[in-house]
Amino acid sequence: MAYGLLASSAGDYSFDAIRAGEREAWKSGLVLALTLLGAGSKAGLAPLHIWLPLAHPAAPSHVSALMSGVMTKVAVYGFVRIVFDLLGAPAFWWGIPLLALGAVTAVLGILFAMIQSDLKKLLAYSTIENIGVIFIALGLALAFKANGMALPAALAFTAALFHAFNHSLFKSVLFFGAGAVQTATGERDIERLGGLIHVMPRTAFVLLGASIAISALPPFNGFVSEWLIFQAILLSPSLPQWSLKLTVPAVGAMLALSAALTAGCFVRAYGTAFLGRARSEAAAAARETDKLSLSTMAALLTLCLLAGVLPSFLIDTISPAARLFVGGRMPAQEEIPWLSIVPIAESRSSYNGLLVCLFVAISAFLAARVIHVLGSRNTRRGPAWDCGYPDPSPATQYTASSFAQPVRRALGNIVFVARDHLDMPTPGDTRPARLGVEIRDRAFEGLYAPLSGAVDFCADQLNKAHFLTIQGYLSLVFAALVLLLLVVAIWQ
Amino acid sequence: MAVILDLAAQGGQMGVVLTLSPLLVGFTRKVKARLLRRRGPPILQPYRDLLRLMRKETVLAENASWLFRSAPYLIFATTWVAASLVPTYAAGLMFSWCGDLIAITALLGAARFLLALAGMDVGTSFGGIGSSRETMFASLAEPAMIMIVFSVALIAGSTQLSEIAASSLAHYQLRVSFGLALIGLAIVAIAENGRIPVDNPATHLELTMVHEAMVLEYSGRHLAMIELASALKLLLYLSMIACIFVPLGIAPAGAGPRAFLYGALAYLAKLAVGGFLLAFFEISTAKMRVFRVPDFLGAALMLGLLGTLLLFVSRSL
Repeated sequence: MAYGLLASSAGDYSFDAIRAGEREAWKSGLVLALTLLGAGSKAGLAPLHIWLPLAHPAAPSHVSALMSGVMTKVAVYGFVRIVFDLLGAPAFWWGIPLLALGAVTAVLGILFAMIQSDLKKLLAYSTIENIGVIFIALGLALAFKANGMALPAALAFTAALFHAFNHSLFKSVLFFGAGAVQTATGERDIERLGGLIHVMPRTAFVLLGASIAISALPPFNGFVSEWLIFQAILLSPSLPQWSLKLTVPAVGAMLALSAALTAGCFVRAYGTAFLGRARSEAAAAARETDKLSLSTMAALLTLCLLAGVLPSFLIDTISPAARLFVGGRMPAQEEIPWLSIVPIAESRSSYNGLLVCLFVAISAFLAARVIHVLGSRNTRRGPAWDCGYPDPSPATQYTASSFAQPVRRALGNIVFVARDHLDMPTPGDTRPARLGVEIRDRAFEGLYAPLSGAVDFCADQLNKAHFLTIQGYLSLVFAALVLLLLVVAIWQ
Repeated sequence: MAVILDLAAQGGQMGVVLTLSPLLVGFTRKVKARLLRRRGPPILQPYRDLLRLMRKETVLAENASWLFRSAPYLIFATTWVAASLVPTYAAGLMFSWCGDLIAITALLGAARFLLALAGMDVGTSFGGIGSSRETMFASLAEPAMIMIVFSVALIAGSTQLSEIAASSLAHYQLRVSFGLALIGLAIVAIAENGRIPVDNPATHLELTMVHEAMVLEYSGRHLAMIELASALKLLLYLSMIACIFVPLGIAPAGAGPRAFLYGALAYLAKLAVGGFLLAFFEISTAKMRVFRVPDFLGAALMLGLLGTLLLFVSRSL
């Protein structure tokens, strides 16, 4: 439908004709809304996200990686192509729905990821979060573009594409890793894993890197794109519209919140699946995955690290696209000494992933050397201390759901109507007491349940039409014909 | 020659933060004890503790992995680099442009990420409880920190700490957002360093500890690294507050040795005042329940957001 509206003024579906066509403001707005609906449901923008965490994990892991890493980006590309390119000059308010939806998607996605115990479902929810981050950056770019601020628009747009690229890298590694874990143990539930770092040390190493990358922590690539988005947000007080002025700081806070929660979410996922003691026999008996899968993951992770420490090359690669879509470009990063990145001017901000990474590596190495030479290098293995009461049962470890409990309690009541209910047997009863958690998705209850109810109702009513006589059918056809002719007559 | 001087100043910065951080911890402990009318351990005690730990044999749990063994060094290195990026006695040092305030926050985040993982490595219930609570605190403290960074950066027009210090020196004025940011940053600093009322650095009462629970399984040289990292973190936050809000005396970029000397003296004075205020605050409040901490940190987040919003709005007036 968006295509129909776009083409209607020009009567032609080719990109050039659409670009040349003139449209009224409301029509462009409608196209934006429809594109947001179409591309948003494909990419998993809230509240159209609910199919994604059900569909992506159902596929084999390498296909899931493709779905999360590439297919959602196709939706982003389609959105960018229509809104930034074909739709012509944007109005200032176009950025607001993007910013708001992006921010809500980011926080919702990561909060849901935080409470999942299925490894692949968790990753799918985290995809939703990243799509939210990309849409925040796109919204900023659109707002800047509408106000003719080419440089900030280019910065935000570059950040969006950079993040899309990053996400396709580290999410692929994570899905491949989830697949490796599933093949080795037959389990996707992190509550039944644990201690995999001992039996699959190489996979564990690669996935640790990917987890750091997705948590937007230096020196990996996730941090660079989030840093660029933050820099773009810091340029937005010069936007003239009040509605944008009030939206952007709140969006910034939600972006920071989602970044912090991502780190927590992946500490939880990695810590439960790979660290600690094995919670099931399958996890204890797992074997390292094959060399080919490992080398694929390692290669992708190397790309993550390279994009993190040498981001200037990637930014320069993106800049022609930025010039095409928003009509500006970031300053060329190639000529800046020491390979650091400078979005606007050096006095404003700069970041050098390479030097930071080198400094950390050198000082860690030096500290280890100095202590091993001058201090003690003796090591003794003993039972865990655990304040004097170590328990041999792996069930005494913190589980994934107990790890998420503080966050669920602090933030969960607002977002997902989380309710703990305790089933305590009466004295004398021998059944065990149980603590259950009930979690509901508000998007599902508020939007989809009424919708499916309405569809059911219509279907029920239409069902009656299946049992008409032949005369009944003929008269229906006749009525429809008359109605259509009437419509045509009035239209002309 | 100039390059050598620059390098020396940068190296001096790294050395200063490393050597002063245990002193700051010792000083705060001493002041706290004196305020409670106890004699307290000597100020130099943290150095002795660190040396003793480094010389001791390390006891590892039977199922500790490579991550558990390498994490302390990485945590220490990340914190050290972050602390060296904060101007102490001089601004605009040779490598100060490597990372801005957001990068410093993220480096600390990386250290916390590794520490929380290390807490879960041995698979004990205490490690898990510590990591889980630390994650909850961080998920609020980090956005609060970013919002504070936003308001400070919007005032100074830069996220580089050296530039921020220079700009607050150049036109020093009272601003509402600045005040809000100061309170917010103080709250974040208290929470991030695990001080009272969020966490008690001296406790070993099991169910109340957060930081101590995560590092419960560590001993010997590994523990020394982690203790040093947390001392560095305390120093980092005090220097950050001093650099943003009281930049008096910091040697500007390209200054000579005399300015460095004055800068160093001013820095020592600021640390002493900061340490005293921290100790005073700690003895005058009680530790709060774990689930009241989100409210405490939420206040910091709201203060940061309010400050940023004010700046966004006031820009057009």
